[in-house]
Amino acid sequence: MAIGSNSPQQRESGGHQPASLGDILERVLDKGLVIAGDIRVNLLDIELLTIKLRLVIASLETAREVGINWWENDPWLSGDRAELEEENRELRRRIEALEERGESRALGASDEAEELEDEEEPEQEKA
Amino acid sequence: MTEVTDPFGVWLYAVTPASADRAGWAALRGVGNAPVHAIEAAGLVAVASWVPLAEFGEQPLTRNLEDLDWLAATALAHDAVVGATARAGVTIPMRLATVYLDDDRVRAMLSDRAEELHSMVERLTGRTEWGLKAYCRPAGDERRPRSSGDAGAGAQRGAGTAYLLRRKKELTASQAADDSAERYAREIHAALSILAIDSKRHRPQDPKLTDRRERMALNASYLVENDRTDEFAAAVAALDDERCGLRLEMTGPWPPYSFTELDEVRV
Repeated sequence: MAIGSNSPQQRESGGHQPASLGDILERVLDKGLVIAGDIRVNLLDIELLTIKLRLVIASLETAREVGINWWENDPWLSGDRAELEEENRELRRRIEALEERGESRALGASDEAEELEDEEEPEQEKA
Repeated sequence: MTEVTDPFGVWLYAVTPASADRAGWAALRGVGNAPVHAIEAAGLVAVASWVPLAEFGEQPLTRNLEDLDWLAATALAHDAVVGATARAGVTIPMRLATVYLDDDRVRAMLSDRAEELHSMVERLTGRTEWGLKAYCRPAGDERRPRSSGDAGAGAQRGAGTAYLLRRKKELTASQAADDSAERYAREIHAALSILAIDSKRHRPQDPKLTDRRERMALNASYLVENDRTDEFAAAVAALDDERCGLRLEMTGPWPPYSFTELDEVRV
C-alpha cells in the first residue's frame, strides 16, 4: 500500500514529515482509548505476526535461490510422514500393552483385598 | 431507527463532546467505505459507522486483522476519520477495532463512562500531539580503523590477528556509538518533555515496517499546548544537531492517540 503525496491522510504542517504507514499503525493498533466493546479481538502482536510471516516467506525464497532447500527433503517439514506415522503406531501399541499390564495388576490387588474381607467376616460372626 | 436485515455492528472511531461541529461528517467515508454517524449520550458523541458483521464480526475481523493489506486500508480509513474530527475540535481517538452490537450499547457505554470521558476531553482541549523519531546517522568511514599493510613472510599469520583486532575495534566503536545515541536520545526527550504538557516514549519501530536501515534511537510523542507549537518545533530544529549523531524527524499534528489512558483501569 503506497503512501504517496496524493494521500489525504498525509499529515504535514510547516515542513514536518508526512505520516508513514508505520506511524499510523503504531498509533491505531497500540494507542488510542481502549474500551472492550462487544466484539473481542486481540490486537497484541498483530503487526509483528504479519511482518514475521512476510519475513519468513521472503527468506525461504531467497534461500532457495541460492540453492539452500534442506527443508524440502525433511520428512516432517515436507509432509512425507509415513515413517513418523509408523513410529507413532508402534509407540502407541507399546503404551497400550504397558497400560493393560498396569490395569491387571491393579485388578489383582483389589481382588486380593476382597478375598481378605471375606475371610474376616465369618470370624466376626462366630464371635 | 432504521432496521437492517443483514447483521451489522457499530465501529467506533472516536469520542467528542456533543458540542463538536459535525458539519463535515456527511462527506466522510470510514472503514469499509462506510458513512459516518453520531451516537449521542451524556453530552458526548461517539463517532461511528455501521459495519457488516460478515467482515467485522469476531472471527472475520480476527482473520482480516492478520491480512496486512486489509489492516493497512482499515487503519488508514480509521485514522482518516479520527483526523477529520480532530481538525474540527477536541477528539478522543479510539484504538482500532472497537465494535459494538448496536447504537444503544454505545450510548450505554458513554453514559457509563461520562465522567472520565469528560475529564479526558478537558485534559486534551487546546492541545495537540506531535511525534518525534530520532535515527542514528550512518557511520562514516572515519570510524573504521585502517589495517596496517604488512607484506611479506609474516603476513599470513598476521592477517588473521589483524582481522580480529579490526573487528574488535569496529564493535567497540559501534557499541560506543549506540551508548552515546541512547544518551542523546534521553537528553532530547527530557528537553522536549519540559515544553510539553505530557510526553511518552514508545518502543522503537520495527525496521521492516519503517524500511529504514539506520537504528531508531528515539520514538516519542508529546502533548503540546497549541500556543507553544512554534516554540516546540524550534526546539526540535535546534536539537537536530549533527554533532549528536542523531537525525530528528517530527510528525504531526496527530489526534492525541498517545494520551488517552483512563485514570481508572477498566476493560
